[in-house]
Amino acid sequence: MSVMDAARPVELLTFKLGDQEYSLDIMSVREIRGWTRATPMPLAPSFVRGVINLRGTVLPVIDLAERLGLQKCGQNSRNVIIVVKCHGHMTGLLVDAVSDIVALQPDEMQDPPDTGTSDTPNVVKALTLIDDRMIRVLDVAQIVTHAESDAA
Amino acid sequence: MTASDPLADIRASFFVECEELLEALQDGLYALEHGTGDGETIHVVFRAVHSIKGGAGAFGLEHLVQFTHQYETALDAVRSDRLAVTPDLLKLFFRAADHLSDIIRSAREEQPFATSISAPLLSELTARVSLEANQEAAEDIDFAPIAVNLDFSEDPLSAKGAQLNHFQISFTPEPELFDTGNDVPHIFAALADLGELDVQCDTSRLPTLHQLAPEAVYLSWSLSLATVVEEAEIASIFEFVEGLCELDISLRVTSDANALGSEPVTSDAMTPSTEPVDAEPQSNPQQSHRDTRQQTVVRVDIERVERLVNLVGELVINQAMLSQSMQSAGISPHSEAMNGLEEFQRLTRDIQDSVMMIRAQPVKSLFQRMSRIVRETSASVSKDVRLITDGETTEVDKTVIERLADPLTHMIRNAVDHGIETPATRLAHGKPEQGEVRLSASHRSGRVVIDVSDDGGGIDRDRVLRTAKDKGLVPPDANLADTEIDNLLFMPGFSTASNLSDLSGRGVGMDVVRTAIHALGGRITINSEPRQGTSFSISLPLTLAVLDGMVVDVSGETLVVPLNVVSETLTLTENNIEMVSPGHWVVRNRNGFLPLLDLSAVLGYRAERADFTDRIALLLTLEDDVGVALVVDEIHDQRQVVIKGLDDSFYRAPGIAAATILGDGQIALILDPADIVAHACSLGAHPPAHHRMEA
Repeated sequence: MSVMDAARPVELLTFKLGDQEYSLDIMSVREIRGWTRATPMPLAPSFVRGVINLRGTVLPVIDLAERLGLQKCGQNSRNVIIVVKCHGHMTGLLVDAVSDIVALQPDEMQDPPDTGTSDTPNVVKALTLIDDRMIRVLDVAQIVTHAESDAA
Repeated sequence: MTASDPLADIRASFFVECEELLEALQDGLYALEHGTGDGETIHVVFRAVHSIKGGAGAFGLEHLVQFTHQYETALDAVRSDRLAVTPDLLKLFFRAADHLSDIIRSAREEQPFATSISAPLLSELTARVSLEANQEAAEDIDFAPIAVNLDFSEDPLSAKGAQLNHFQISFTPEPELFDTGNDVPHIFAALADLGELDVQCDTSRLPTLHQLAPEAVYLSWSLSLATVVEEAEIASIFEFVEGLCELDISLRVTSDANALGSEPVTSDAMTPSTEPVDAEPQSNPQQSHRDTRQQTVVRVDIERVERLVNLVGELVINQAMLSQSMQSAGISPHSEAMNGLEEFQRLTRDIQDSVMMIRAQPVKSLFQRMSRIVRETSASVSKDVRLITDGETTEVDKTVIERLADPLTHMIRNAVDHGIETPATRLAHGKPEQGEVRLSASHRSGRVVIDVSDDGGGIDRDRVLRTAKDKGLVPPDANLADTEIDNLLFMPGFSTASNLSDLSGRGVGMDVVRTAIHALGGRITINSEPRQGTSFSISLPLTLAVLDGMVVDVSGETLVVPLNVVSETLTLTENNIEMVSPGHWVVRNRNGFLPLLDLSAVLGYRAERADFTDRIALLLTLEDDVGVALVVDEIHDQRQVVIKGLDDSFYRAPGIAAATILGDGQIALILDPADIVAHACSLGAHPPAHHRMEA
């Protein structure tokens, strides 16, 4: 199931979570912001970092590492919030650091093999290799919608 | 949006215009009904329908054209004095106006509208007009029309000083009259030559078209004639028709001819609602009311207003941030910069108020919808109910108006269905047969108060209490005060009607109304007097965009508590807190004991503390008089905050209603106190102190 448009190259924003590299389709990224303190939401799931003020609107922020079941983002000044828009909703994704923007042909990406675990189903929609490093391509819609259903 | 399609834009503006025209139509009919209109009113009404027809034609809205055409024809008959305005006719016109708005709505939403629904109304309208047409036809069928000369330029009255006799003539022709070659217009023309003649045609016996026998005579006339001639001369005019008609000529008054003109010669008994045209516009309140409506208005897309509201919200926040940073920079409060900032703050507040006013709308449109509800509801339960509205110009935020429509509809239906007694009961109690429902709006201390009251039988408290006991809402042995019983109506699962009518007994109770009002940040109270009626009072904030809040600190987080629920603040001491059971505390105040909730623990910021001494508590009074004390760390201040909605499709936190942005750019959450209590209850903490009964 290749989700990518077969004809056009896809631009990906790559970033780090711990020592792993991930990426997102750049078309879903609205902006990248430096880390500001989020106002915690009471009794929220642990991956919900809270809400921040994005030029007057209230933006919910997810700790992406926690969302993916990794170690929580260690807080440092290089932490950034990637603001993504999905189905009309804006969400902030807290990541360790943004690395690069890469353009890939769809055939350079491979569907993730079935590893027999279903902990994070469909969140990683493809894998690719850049300079011999494996980059996981995330499905934004899955991250956000799953966050919703988890919270519900 | 649909900017690419110019026709869609024009179409949209047509429907906006329709709204305005419908409003004008309702206004006009209302004026006619209450006799406050003038000669222009019927023309306004006619033009409204006519304009809708014109636009509908342009957009090919066949059904709308058809209906408006028939409506317009009927109105035109009234306009040209061929059809008398009777209360009955007005009711038909009102119903037609309601129906017209239904057709327009379905056209706007491009919903199919079954033309058959319009059929009964259409035929009723047609009947009215054909009735009038028949009358003409009866005159015209066999005879050439003859213009009745009502031109008095040479009338005998000009003879000054002559004695004026006012005759009342009642004239009912027999069918034979027409057989002999006589005709009514000839006679009237002859009468008109004698003096000032007023002709009223009684069409009450006229059947509908399909029942009409072409040879039969259904019409009779009553005429009043002011003339200098004697009765004998008038009788001579009827000489040729003697025995072919019922005729009664009587002398009513004799007056000086000079007095004529200042004194209306004819009685208006036939046409109670068509007042003579008042030529002086200034003296007529209705007229001046219309003048105010003709103020220049600009139609603005609501999105633009929203944007402006948001920007001003930003400005308020920014200004707070600026002021905070200047203070922390140690700038003297008496410096010019600080003075300038103060001025800036004042301006910001003014701008904010002005922007809020743009969103404000008069409640009139809402009230007009309610008059329709009253008409429809009263008709379906066979009661005669009149809606009296007051304060229609009171302005409220657009969103508030929109979200008020449903609860208000429900309350009005309730008032008509349950509140107002049957006509028989009313008469037995010495009340007028016609019931009254009052709807009023007013501004009171920064809030909008909307009252709905009826002059019905009041709440049947025995039955309410019995029902509540039957349904297990209160213990069987409960002994409740009157107001407590009244408030039972608001309890979920309560329905007072013992036999559910199809109107208000839809399983939607007053609890839904109350929930809707609360969602708007409002309160609703009930007041009932046996046999005198019931009144509900809704108090609402002017806007949903800002909130008066108390800014508090809890575990390092800043929170805003809506000020309208905070009844007092209190420092906890060993003397006023008591432990009920381990972990369950109450605070004592004048009214008794209130459960103590550690806000920090309820929101999961940290574990509940063991000792509350010297802590600050906010005593909150929630709906249904539920009282609760919230422990906070610190109270900062009271201020107006801009409400920012939370995207709760993502995650909805319990006890949090919305958010706001503080002066330092940080987000503070706005509490939903009722939800906090509900959440605390679900955690198995303290049940709130219900001054009323607990279910």
